Amino acid sequence: MKELGATLLRKDAFSEIVIGNTAVVRAMIEGGTRVVTSYPGSPTPEIASAIKSMPAAERPFYFEFSTNEKVALEVAFGAALNGHSSVVFFKSVGLNVAADSFVQLSMMDITGGMVVLLGDDPGANSSQNEQDNRHFARLACLPLLEPADAQEAYLMMKEAIALAREKRSAVILRMTTHVCHAKEKVSFGPWRPEALDRRPRFDSEGWNYIPLAASVLPLKRFALKRLEQVRERFEASPFNRIIDNGNAKRGVIAAGTARLSLLDALEGSAEPPDILELGTVIPLPRSLVMRFLSSHEEVKILEELDPILEAEIKSLAYDALLRTRIIGKVDPEELIGEYVPEKLRAILAATWPDLVAPPPSPRQAGRKVPDRPPQLCPGCGHRTAFQAVRAALEGSDITVADIGCHTLGYLPPYRMGRVLLSMGHSTSTAAGLSIYNDERRVLCFMGDSTFFHAGIPGVVNALFNSHNVTYVMMENGTTAMTGHQDHPGVGRNFNGEAPRIPVRSVLEGLGITNIREIDTYQVGKLTQAVKDAVAETGFKVVIAKHPCMLKFTREARRKPGWYARHVRIDTGTCTLAHDCVERFGCPSFQIIEGRAVVVSNDLCIGDGSCRQICPSGAIVNAERA
Amino acid sequence: MASKGKSSFDIYMIGVGGQGIGLLAEAMARAADHAGLVVKGCDTHGLAQRGGIVTSHLRLGAAAHSPLVSPLGADLVVALERNEALRAARTYLQDGGVLVWYDATLQPLEVRLGEAPAVTREEVEDECRSAGASCHVVSRDDLEDPREQNVAVMERIAALGLMPGVGSEHFKAALGDLMEGKSLAQSLALFGEAP
Ligand SMILES: Cc1ncc(C[n+]2csc(CCOP(=O)(O)OP(=O)(O)O)c2C)c(N)n1
Repeated sequence: MKELGATLLRKDAFSEIVIGNTAVVRAMIEGGTRVVTSYPGSPTPEIASAIKSMPAAERPFYFEFSTNEKVALEVAFGAALNGHSSVVFFKSVGLNVAADSFVQLSMMDITGGMVVLLGDDPGANSSQNEQDNRHFARLACLPLLEPADAQEAYLMMKEAIALAREKRSAVILRMTTHVCHAKEKVSFGPWRPEALDRRPRFDSEGWNYIPLAASVLPLKRFALKRLEQVRERFEASPFNRIIDNGNAKRGVIAAGTARLSLLDALEGSAEPPDILELGTVIPLPRSLVMRFLSSHEEVKILEELDPILEAEIKSLAYDALLRTRIIGKVDPEELIGEYVPEKLRAILAATWPDLVAPPPSPRQAGRKVPDRPPQLCPGCGHRTAFQAVRAALEGSDITVADIGCHTLGYLPPYRMGRVLLSMGHSTSTAAGLSIYNDERRVLCFMGDSTFFHAGIPGVVNALFNSHNVTYVMMENGTTAMTGHQDHPGVGRNFNGEAPRIPVRSVLEGLGITNIREIDTYQVGKLTQAVKDAVAETGFKVVIAKHPCMLKFTREARRKPGWYARHVRIDTGTCTLAHDCVERFGCPSFQIIEGRAVVVSNDLCIGDGSCRQICPSGAIVNAERA
Repeated sequence: MASKGKSSFDIYMIGVGGQGIGLLAEAMARAADHAGLVVKGCDTHGLAQRGGIVTSHLRLGAAAHSPLVSPLGADLVVALERNEALRAARTYLQDGGVLVWYDATLQPLEVRLGEAPAVTREEVEDECRSAGASCHVVSRDDLEDPREQNVAVMERIAALGLMPGVGSEHFKAALGDLMEGKSLAQSLALFGEAP
């Protein structure tokens, strides 16, 4: 939409086609949220894009990208202690990082209330796992709401904000990838702006904010009691609905996007089961569930990922000596992946074969369509860095990956960075790999945003304990993978100019002396630097530095005088060695007539980084069109 | 037994990162909205960098619940690239559906490495034939920029009436919601509008 910012700031009620991530921003505006924080991660970054679409001066709340999820959560918490309704959002695995503070929230009297908005990722569409964060809500004794579409995301976000404020609590809104990105026409309410109350209302006399030893148990008692109050509210919540199809035999309890897939699967069904749709998942509205269970002979539970509702519902039925047959997850596959319509149809067909037909089997067809794995962008500096590192190492040496665009280096043709856990793990996993190891040198990669996020402790540890590790810092001046958010090394934050904290100064400040900084695109120099570094003992750093080419080119395109640059193959010189295709692997190089190489101008950005790798010097700059 | 017939009209879109699937998907949804239809949709980006597969789902009509189209359930498949046209025709196009695709080629790695032969136009047409589907290929030599291919495909969808109830006036209104200035003028020109 051209004028998203102005639309979000409308005072009247309106409806608009938006994605879930945009819908929740309008809920924050209407709900009187004052402070919002985040660390980027799919599927949530578009929430920040929607916030950015509002001119800074008109934004009704403060927003920041913090250095990591834990920091973001703490900033939102602190703001809420002063009475400001706050929201923190991040991706699924971000909660692992934030967990150490998150698990204390239920013991706190949070004056303004805060919402923790999670972007969970069943199906691992863009994450390193598909963890079910409902476990964390249980662990932390916090309420959790779970929308199924964009309209509900907006409504539940408003409810979460109001509930958090009323109970002076933290409340979780758990969205999933295809709720964050689902689009539809959403009806919004009016916005009646209220004046900002600037009084810092933190009151350490009115509450004990120090959970320590003896004070923990009463605080936990309080947390459990508050959760019971929320349960009562959820018993009557409009977000739980019964769809009465007059079926006394069969019922289904469903939550999240499984609800939508279920309705699709049941289209045209002659005897559809009754359905209890659950929107307020934790704490479970037990009376409602019990009423539904006891009025059906068989009830199937449909929830993505882990059997969390199932376990609780079965234990309820057990305690009540209920005879209803409760069908939970039967096949291990029901624990895996998203409940997309075809998956749900298959589950339902296995449960009640007379109810729906299984999804059609794949069409028998000709040869396999060539795969198109994700890859580094044309001109990406990470590709050149992999080229250099490969040339500097021996085949048996160990390379450790980290999270970022450069993770894709594990794919052919580079095969660099062969083990991955989480953001910032690489220096420490590498340190472990170096113990009792005199044979295979250990080198790790890590990007600059990750360095600030969770990378520094591992670097300090490698130094502190003198580990034999070479760390290649892939410094591209941005958080590239998640959409080019600024980080502390850039000199700019979400709101404007900011002090620049150069990665190199941090490393030097730690006392690291053997730092080699090379322009990423200088393959020869970078290769030599890596060779020299791996030959030394101890912890050493090679900084491969160049702005992210995608970002750089996008910015250049907007400047006057820009014209499209490309390389081309000088066919007279080309010896068909195919290094550009097979070793460098830039997608711009395409093969025609079986052998000849051509450059796709649709892809090539003309950075020329490939010219150094052609053994016959056949890649040349194309003449200006 | 659930009847096979479904009452929504389901569209599956596919292309390669950088080809403009995002704009295509947004304009298609808005065009349907301008035509008074209920829309649900979802872009799926995964790890799509430039050069990865990008897909988008769009479902029209009040009977659609999930925003996701089911495999072999698309009434209409829209593809912006040849390999992806074949992939989507095979996995998402329903028997008797419609494929409309722009004949651009961005070779996948296996083809570049010589491990798989390049996909031909005939393979795409054969795939449609075996599914009893109709196949419309778009290829224009009057485009200034490959990033207009998505608009060229929409123009064809409108001209052939491939989205029931959605006409070129609705597409033009949708483009007007999303673009301005020169790029809007260029896009409307593809719909035959004088600059
Ligand atoms: C805990 C956690 N938070 C967020 C993410 C999402 N994420 C994936 S890649 C990435 C960016 C890494 O940036 P950087 O280290 O600078 O590498 P680049 O992508 O720029 O090469 C982020 C934030 C994640 N995977 N895990």
